[in-house]
This record gives sequence, C-alpha cells and structure tokens, in this order.
Amino acid sequence: KSDWSLFMFGSHNKKQPNNLVIGHMYDYHVLDMIELGTEKFVSLKDIKNSKCFEGTKPMLIFAGDDFDVTEDYRRLKNLLIDLFRGPTVSNIRLAGLEYVLHFTALNGKIYFRGYKVLLKKSGCKTPRIELEEMGPSLDLVLRRTYLASDDLYKLSIKMPKSLKPKKKTNVSHDTFGTTYGRIHMQKQDLSKYKLGK
Amino acid sequence: MEGQNVEELLAKAERDEAEKLQRITVHKELELEFDLGNLLASDRNPPTGLRRAGPSPEAELQALARDNTQLLINQLWQLPTERVEEALVARLPEPTTRLPREKPVPRPRPLTRWQQFARLKGIRPKKKTNLVWDEVSGQWRRRWGYQRARDDTKEWLIEVPGGADPLEDQFAKRIQAKKERVAKNELNRLRNLARAHKMQLPSTAGMHPTGHQSKEELGRAMQVAKVSTASVGRFQERLPKEKAPRGSGKKRKFQPLFGDFAAEKKSQLELLRVMNSKKPQLDVTRATNKQMREEDQEEAAKRRKMSQKGKRKGGRQGAGGQRKGGPPSQGGKRKGGLGGKVNSGPPRLGGKRKGGQHQGGKRRK
Repeated sequence: KSDWSLFMFGSHNKKQPNNLVIGHMYDYHVLDMIELGTEKFVSLKDIKNSKCFEGTKPMLIFAGDDFDVTEDYRRLKNLLIDLFRGPTVSNIRLAGLEYVLHFTALNGKIYFRGYKVLLKKSGCKTPRIELEEMGPSLDLVLRRTYLASDDLYKLSIKMPKSLKPKKKTNVSHDTFGTTYGRIHMQKQDLSKYKLGK
Repeated sequence: MEGQNVEELLAKAERDEAEKLQRITVHKELELEFDLGNLLASDRNPPTGLRRAGPSPEAELQALARDNTQLLINQLWQLPTERVEEALVARLPEPTTRLPREKPVPRPRPLTRWQQFARLKGIRPKKKTNLVWDEVSGQWRRRWGYQRARDDTKEWLIEVPGGADPLEDQFAKRIQAKKERVAKNELNRLRNLARAHKMQLPSTAGMHPTGHQSKEELGRAMQVAKVSTASVGRFQERLPKEKAPRGSGKKRKFQPLFGDFAAEKKSQLELLRVMNSKKPQLDVTRATNKQMREEDQEEAAKRRKMSQKGKRKGGRQGAGGQRKGGPPSQGGKRKGGLGGKVNSGPPRLGGKRKGGQHQGGKRRK
C-alpha cells in the first residue's frame, strides 16, 4: 500500500531467538532477505550521553575482508548500505558530519556500532577525529538468507543509459587511472620550417 | 651563524608540520575504498588486532572505527567546498555503489504518430527564434504565450468574410475554433499515451522474472517453447480449449508442379494476354505513390545516418524507418510506368501478380 522498498522485521521464537530480518524489494517482489540474530544489544537510551539530531546522514564504514569474500556478505553489505544511507544529497555541511555507523565482520559475527564524531583541532585544515560511543550497538550473527537469483539482481541494478557516464571522443582511460587524450594535427610541411642551424 | 639559524628554523618548521600531520594520518596496509557520494568507506584489511582482543573487543573496535573515520574525513575535507549561508559546504560526487532500484527501468516509449511520419519523410525540427518582431507594438515579442507578437484574442475588429452569414458572431466563432483545436490536440495526446502504455509491456517472447506479463506474451512464450523440441513441435498436444496461434503456417504458397492442367492453361493464356495488351495493367497512380514514398524513406534514412555519424548519436536506430521500409519494398519492386509484368516465368507468377496487386492496395493505408 505505501509501496516502501525496504523493510525490517523483528521477532523472537524458540528456534530463532532475537531475530531481525532485513530486506529490500524490486518491482513489488522481494529481492533479498537476510535474517540476523542479535546476540548483544545496547540501545540508544542505555548509553547516556548527548545524541546527534535525528535524520543526520550517517557515515558508513565497513571493516573486515569478510565483506567481499562470500556472496552472502556482499549482498548483506549492499542491503545495509541501502538501509542506512539516507537520502542522496549533492552538498553536505562539513560541520554536520556527526554520526558514523561502523560495521566490522569478525569471526562470523558482525559488530554494529554507532559513534558520535567529535572534530578536534589539529594543526591543519582537516580536523582530528575523536569518537564517542553513542548509538545502538549490536552483535549480529548471519542466519538464514534469501537472496535473489543472479539475473533478477542484475536486472535490478541495471542503470538506464542516461545515467551512465558519457564517453567523450578522443579521451580514453587506462586501468591504472591514466587519462589519454588524442589530438589531431593538420599536416605540416616540414620543408617550410627552419630546422637546425 | 645566520645561515645556521635559517637552517635550524627550516628544520624546526618541517618537524612541526610532520607532527601536525601525524595527528590526522593513519597508517593502513591496504588503502580504503571510498564512495563519497554515499559517505561510505570500505576497509579491506583483515582485522588482526581485533582477533587477539577476546570476547568483548569494544576498545579495539572503537580504535579501528576512529582510524577509519579519520581517513574518511580526510577524504571528505579534500572535496571542493563553497560557502552557503555562513556554513562550509562540500559538494559530494555521484554515489558509485550500485544499489538495486525500486522499480524497473522505464522502457523507451514508442514514437507518436507525428514522430513516425516525420521520420518517414525526413522532416527535422526547424530551429525557431525565441522573439519575433511585432509591427503593431513596435517591439520584439515572444512567439507564443503572455504578450505574444500576433495575438488573435486581442483583435477588436474582425472583418466578416465574403461567404459568411452577416449575423454570425465572428468572435465567438474564433473562440469556438480555438476550443476545437485544443480538444483535438488533447485527444491525440491521449491516444498517443494509450498507445505507449499498450506497448510499455515487455515485448520479448520470454518469461519475465517478476511475472508481470500479459496474456499475449505468455502465449507467445508458450508457442516458442512448444516449437523448441527436437521434432519442432510436431508431436506436442494442445490443451482441449487451446486455440491455434495466429500467424503460424506457411508464409508462401506454391502451386504444385503439375496437377491441374486446366488451371495452368488458363493462367498461361492470361499471362500472354496481359503481355500483348497495350494498356498497362498497373494502376499508375498507386505505383508512383509507392515509389515516391519509398524514395522519401531512403532519403530520410540516409540523411539521418549522416547526421548521426556527424553528431555521434549512437544507439538510436531507425527502427521506425527500417520497419516501414520492409514490407513496401516487396511491392515497390515494380517500377511504375511499364505495361504489365516484365519478367515472365512459371505459371505461379500469374497468381503472384494478382496477389501482389491486392497486397499493394491493402498496404497503401
């Protein structure tokens, strides 16, 4: 009815205690659904300090090489980004970057921590960061997953041609990051120029 | 002495700089991957420090988070900034992580009736100036809209045309004509929209992953599946109420080589009669119209190809033009003017000529 594409569902049964299901949808069908078990939970209220405003766009950090090894973890990372990134903005106030969500994949568990960012003076323009634990902290375990088939997933991340970066003629990019340009010169009559003494 | 002092000063300045930078630099074995459009950083380094920590690695997690956040902030501070209402604002680049869409990509709309016609004829939009010189007011006015150059509605005098009823209200007539034009435009717009929506459904003969397909497409998909057996669908039974699909069967019908002698004799004599007669068997007007249309199409396609090569607009194939160029070319092979069929041949050509003429008549809209 409301046509939301992201959902989160919490439940508790004997077989799946402290369960959290997160998922996203494509074209009115469920794309991915991942079940996470919560092993430790500290809520916002339990941590007594000042919070940042509701609705600040959080910074997301994923640590650990596990997030790229398995397809499960990759989809989980994609889903978490989709869930937590907030609205897409083109400009952001640098002083307003207060909230950071840090996901660490370690030993089969995913540690979700939310920190408040304090920008301290450093000698140069870029500030030094100090963190204060603020937000909810969860220790998650990956339980069952329902992942979309590869072709449906490919269909869902397909970008229309208008959004793809435009290719400029006579400009090409290397895999190492070098940009090559091509200049077309007119024909030069070398006999006219005075070469050498 | 002074030289030494200068050197000392420089060295001290360098050390100070290094110290300052130390506060914000973080050493990592593998560089992080940043997606600044999403304020995202991915750290691929294996968390060796954490593994040693034990069951509750809070302090180590916080240290790791602090390091990663420092790196992300360093990246963000390097973005181009501007001042918006006394706040320093950084301009974020486009997000690079490909996240799944909520709805499928909208498909390209089918061309409207005008666009099809323009493509066929090779009509391209004329570039018009924004302002037109208005004699009445003596200034440059816009072509249409508020305070336009030649405004019909502002006229206070309309001459009654020669053949019209003198008691008729010309102003009302003008308003009525405008209303009719607007209504006709609206009708055509809605018709184009309806046609576009009918075509918006996926037109591939296959199954769509989410299952949103119409009956025709499912029928087509089923037909294709039925024919893709080793014996090309010959032994596949049909369901009791299933109807045979439209458009299946032989595309060309040939008469048997020998069979009906009477019919063969008749068709041969008919052919000879046509060849000997002085009157042309072709409807000249129809043939010339077809020829003209074909020439227009070819020219339009060529012009479009030249402009595409010049402007490098890839991908926009002349689907409309090419589709139109297919069927008429069969009939259009008859060059107009000559009487009857130039190429004689086997008796089947008699039947084909008759069929060809019929097809031509039908296809001429």
